[in-house]
Amino acid sequence: MSSVRLLVGTRKGAFILTSDGKRERWGVSGPHFAGWELYHIKGSPADPNRLYASQSTGWFGQLIQRSDDGGKTWQPVGNKFVYEGVPGTHTWYDGTPHPWKFARVWHLEPSLNDPDTVYAGVEDAALFRSTDGGKNWEELPGLRTHSSGPSWHPGAGGMCSHTIILDPKHRHRMFVAISAAGAFRSDDDGKTWKPINRGLKSEGIPNPNAEVGHCVHRIAMHKSRPDVLFMQKHWDVMRSKDAGDTWQEVSGNLPTDFGFPIDVHAHEPETIYVVPIKSDSEHFPLDGKLRVYRSKSGGNEWEPLTKGLPQRDCYVNVLRAAMAVDSLDACGVYFGTTGGQVYASADAGDNWTPILRDLPPVLSVEAQTLQ
Amino acid sequence: MIRVLLPAHLKTLARVSGEVQVEVAGQPTIVSVLDAIEASYPMLQGTIRDHVTQERRPFVRFFACEQDYSLEPPSTLLPKAVEQGAEPFLIVGAMAGG
Repeated sequence: MSSVRLLVGTRKGAFILTSDGKRERWGVSGPHFAGWELYHIKGSPADPNRLYASQSTGWFGQLIQRSDDGGKTWQPVGNKFVYEGVPGTHTWYDGTPHPWKFARVWHLEPSLNDPDTVYAGVEDAALFRSTDGGKNWEELPGLRTHSSGPSWHPGAGGMCSHTIILDPKHRHRMFVAISAAGAFRSDDDGKTWKPINRGLKSEGIPNPNAEVGHCVHRIAMHKSRPDVLFMQKHWDVMRSKDAGDTWQEVSGNLPTDFGFPIDVHAHEPETIYVVPIKSDSEHFPLDGKLRVYRSKSGGNEWEPLTKGLPQRDCYVNVLRAAMAVDSLDACGVYFGTTGGQVYASADAGDNWTPILRDLPPVLSVEAQTLQ
Repeated sequence: MIRVLLPAHLKTLARVSGEVQVEVAGQPTIVSVLDAIEASYPMLQGTIRDHVTQERRPFVRFFACEQDYSLEPPSTLLPKAVEQGAEPFLIVGAMAGG
């Protein structure tokens, strides 16, 4: 029988939640790496028991942990992330040049077909790859050294490569998103990169239609239609039908189009989910009502999903990596909050139940569907 | 034999409890003790000092014999009491944050 494993990263450790296919009762394992920040944990599509975790603190820096048994045991692997060559500078908050400096790993994306290959998106923004199970890391410098790099500047959370998507159909193609530089695409395994921000409009930057400088919060793709991308930008929800070459706004009737996560239904490529947040200065749900919004038409027409979610006095946030879907039928949808709740829906968002209510602030949620 | 006391998180990472002991040839210095620790416990590489610059992480402090060695040059000799194992070399996570 199928089962689901959720990999939950928090400010103070990792938690692994497991359930059978009914998704009614959940076992909880953790905290793993208690006291450390777990920005991201993700399993290999090629070997679901191979997990990678990004563990860090301001005291002791970055670690990468690897599990070969689905999270029962872990071993620290390589944590040496060194930019290739002289890193140069990007643009600081005050407009001055600022040296590129490694801070942490935001996102780990295992290869689609090799458990030992995994990509890491880091702050300050760059892309690294390991081909030996995380022991050694080498930069793919074409991203950081893009000609626009010196003009990239950090968002409020730092200048982070927070999203990596590997294209399942075009095997040399990958996407990354950087706050606050924008989205980029490579068609040659990460050697060279192209900004894909045409159609984005950001009122807070000198040129609202600039090639780079957009605060992209998250990108999502359905594996059956990899040319169609969905984006939650700082403000605006966007859709691209040409692998990011152009974008159209699909915020439609959302009550606010600010937010962080965006995800796609496992079986319906035009069904997408966002969690609208009041504004960039008030990171909590509008009117204290925690509502996931679902569009079944690829955007523009949205419906609020509220059953089981708090509809008063709720002032949590849902961070960019803290939403995931499983691939069971019906599709399960999950998200974690900065208030430490992990919510699950076993019916594609119609009804929600808290799995846990009192974790540390949730940084990331990934779902594995296990056979 | 040099006695070293690690902060709690690094003891967990190194899978040790209590003090650890490392061998250092000659009179120990800050850097020779750190080199010996990282050789014995490779998982600690990059956690006490930066991989590239080898600089002490800002929120890590070094103490021995009630003296703060955090700001001393890496080649600073440690006291005889540390060399003789009478006193430990303390690696401390600074009190900061929550």
